Amino acid sequence: MATANRKMVQWDPTDIKAELIKKYPPKVARKRSKQIMINEAIENGTPEITANVRTIPGIITMRGCTYAGCKGVIMGPTRDIVNLVHGPIGCSFYAWLTRRNQTGPGPDDENFMNYCFSTDMQDSDIIFGGEKKLAQAIQEIYDLMHPKSIGVFATCPVGLIGDDIHTVARKMKEKLGDCNVFAFSCEGYKGVSQSAGHHIANNQIFRHVVGENDVPKEGKYKINLLGEYNIGGDGFEIDRIFNKCGITNIATFSGNSTYDQFASAHQADLNCVMCHRSINYVADMLETKFGIPWIKVNFIGANATAKSLRKIAAYFEDQELTDRVEEVIAEEMPEVEKAIDDVRPRTEGKTAMLFVGGSRAHHYQELFRELGMKVISAGYEFAHRDDYEGRRVLPFLKVDADSRNIEEIEVEPDENRYRPRKTEEQVAALEKAGIKFKSYDGLAPDMEPDTLIIDDLNQYEAEKLVELLRPDLFCAGIKEKYSIQKMGVPMKQLHSYDSGGPYAGFKGAVNFYNEIDRLVNSRVWSYMKAPWQDNPQLSAAYVWE
Amino acid sequence: MRKVAIYGKGGIGKSTTTQNTVAGLVELDRQVMVVGCDPKADSTRLLLGGLAQKSVLDTLREEGEDVELEDIRKKGYGGTWCVESGGPEPGVGCAGRGIITSINMLESLGAYEESEGLDYAFYDVLGDVVCGGFAMPIRDGKAEEIYIVCSGEMMAMYAANNISKGITKFAQSGNVRLGGLICNSRKVDNEKEMIEKFAAKLGTQMIYFVPRDNDVQRAEINRQTVIEWKPEAKQADEYRGLAKAIDENDMFVIPKPMEIEELEKLLMDFGLMN
Repeated sequence: MATANRKMVQWDPTDIKAELIKKYPPKVARKRSKQIMINEAIENGTPEITANVRTIPGIITMRGCTYAGCKGVIMGPTRDIVNLVHGPIGCSFYAWLTRRNQTGPGPDDENFMNYCFSTDMQDSDIIFGGEKKLAQAIQEIYDLMHPKSIGVFATCPVGLIGDDIHTVARKMKEKLGDCNVFAFSCEGYKGVSQSAGHHIANNQIFRHVVGENDVPKEGKYKINLLGEYNIGGDGFEIDRIFNKCGITNIATFSGNSTYDQFASAHQADLNCVMCHRSINYVADMLETKFGIPWIKVNFIGANATAKSLRKIAAYFEDQELTDRVEEVIAEEMPEVEKAIDDVRPRTEGKTAMLFVGGSRAHHYQELFRELGMKVISAGYEFAHRDDYEGRRVLPFLKVDADSRNIEEIEVEPDENRYRPRKTEEQVAALEKAGIKFKSYDGLAPDMEPDTLIIDDLNQYEAEKLVELLRPDLFCAGIKEKYSIQKMGVPMKQLHSYDSGGPYAGFKGAVNFYNEIDRLVNSRVWSYMKAPWQDNPQLSAAYVWE
Repeated sequence: MRKVAIYGKGGIGKSTTTQNTVAGLVELDRQVMVVGCDPKADSTRLLLGGLAQKSVLDTLREEGEDVELEDIRKKGYGGTWCVESGGPEPGVGCAGRGIITSINMLESLGAYEESEGLDYAFYDVLGDVVCGGFAMPIRDGKAEEIYIVCSGEMMAMYAANNISKGITKFAQSGNVRLGGLICNSRKVDNEKEMIEKFAAKLGTQMIYFVPRDNDVQRAEINRQTVIEWKPEAKQADEYRGLAKAIDENDMFVIPKPMEIEELEKLLMDFGLMN
């Protein structure tokens, strides 16, 4: 391989860290060095990392805004809630169908995801306030589409001029009668990253939708899948496996979801949390209000999928389900093993870097492990300390002005519907058998010692890392894609999966193996240098000479 | 053309002082345009004989893009041009943005063109410089000289000091300068001396001391400036004096805002003098 000889044969993480922050002014270097952690196992955990703090001005961050987290990530994948963006047109237009969250058509064919709704605020709406226009837009949507529900999203100027979107939503809900209208104060500047938007979305969905539908949902083993967004069809594959196992997925938050799923979520008996960062708030609130416990699962990676299914089966303490899950695993694994036997000889020993999300940088390490690849550096864009170091650090998290800016809603047990699904004794017995409730150990313990864990990586450090360590693959998002490829390193988007997927579950794992094989073994990246970069002297002659 | 903006604490008498001074300038044969930058749209009431002006923003909203200069300005006392920027109802929207839009509109319609033959454009700006919009008249060279209306009351001086900070900020990047403090007397002890000292500290001057006189209120009830209502009144002469002082002013500075402690000390020194 052309890249092999340029790689650092031996590298010391301390040197790499020093190199990353060398060019920074002292204050910036000091701040960044707290967000760059050399992983090591210490007593009772891992070293402390600083996360969920403001990006330093001037740094080209990988993060998105609060509005992106609320409208794009959490609320975007629900097909029958109309997403109305209150603001100038750009915020809506550039958030239109950009995240590849897929959806099924559903029995009633109510799918508004392919539409783009905006109040298209103009100068005079800013000056005189946009509330009337917002009410008018809600009415127009109702007349045209008759949706069950309309979500209103605040963009930055709305917060600045103080439009009272919640009152408008409440009044329109009363006026329309059969349409649940609610609003999100998710102005882009509201938090340090998109993470604030997730929290705002979670709060409003819980407050306005969850528990609205008490019509019983049938199913023997009823769960919710939290923090799965059906990128590239991941949710379809996971649902296929659930169906095969006889597990009823009441609601996915929020991939391939509907209003009715959220409204019925309180009927599930177990919450399975995929992306801890974006949705743990809802899991906690569902437990407090309705008595549904939650466990952490991961359907990225064939082994992780099998492990998660076994965890769910163990929770229900039912031999029939346990047997069925084992059957399904036994049926699905041969395909996976066949693929891995084919691919692994070509991927074994290769290196990868993952800088994505608030969970993905952790979950995808399962797949790389199955490929025999080593993740030498990883980090999240918008995670908090608990996503790195585990929930054990929760009591020690600093509540700063930025996190205070985001509402925390107080939830109490529902008077009629609170029903603990397991007795304390049952919970204790399950814990003893290895089923951990409300537990997430984070990314750091799963990474090897002396790897680099970096929070809120930026353009400069990304390029520096690639230059110093020459990984065989770099995984991040669209903003990073081309600058990395220009350096001759293949790049995989783990937000949108480029045009691929699904990568979850068993079939997804096979897709991923083949995709990574294709990327790390392609020679195309060794041709990054144009011929004239090596031989700048070109000689030519006129044809008539 | 001289472009003048009048700032000062809310309720200090900016609109009253501006319009009375403009009446004085009219007597000096100056052609003046007054631009009210207050959503209440009451900056030209005395010149027009009532709230008779349709604001720029209302016009813009009703007529769309197709606005003529004649739709938004009106002839008032002595041939002065009167314009009200206008703005949203209290508690909604963004008044600051409104001022930005309406000043841009006036410019694009050519209200400041040489052909209009203006000697002065006066901006009468609401209260404190609360946000970027209210700083519009001192940004981008819209207004080049600022007068701050104040009195010997503590809060008025605080506000004046604060406004000076805004002027300093924009003066460094543009050509806006402070022309002086206008003391609109509230009959505070040692008021004249204190404001003179305060002005000196800021590096400027007290350009005029306007004594308190109930003729101002009487004229206001009649929707007129003092000069129009009772030309022979003593207070009319005071405004003539202020107009003359502004007309002849040649002291334009970048102010040196005071530290709060220093300002408090000044108040103590003069307040406790007797």
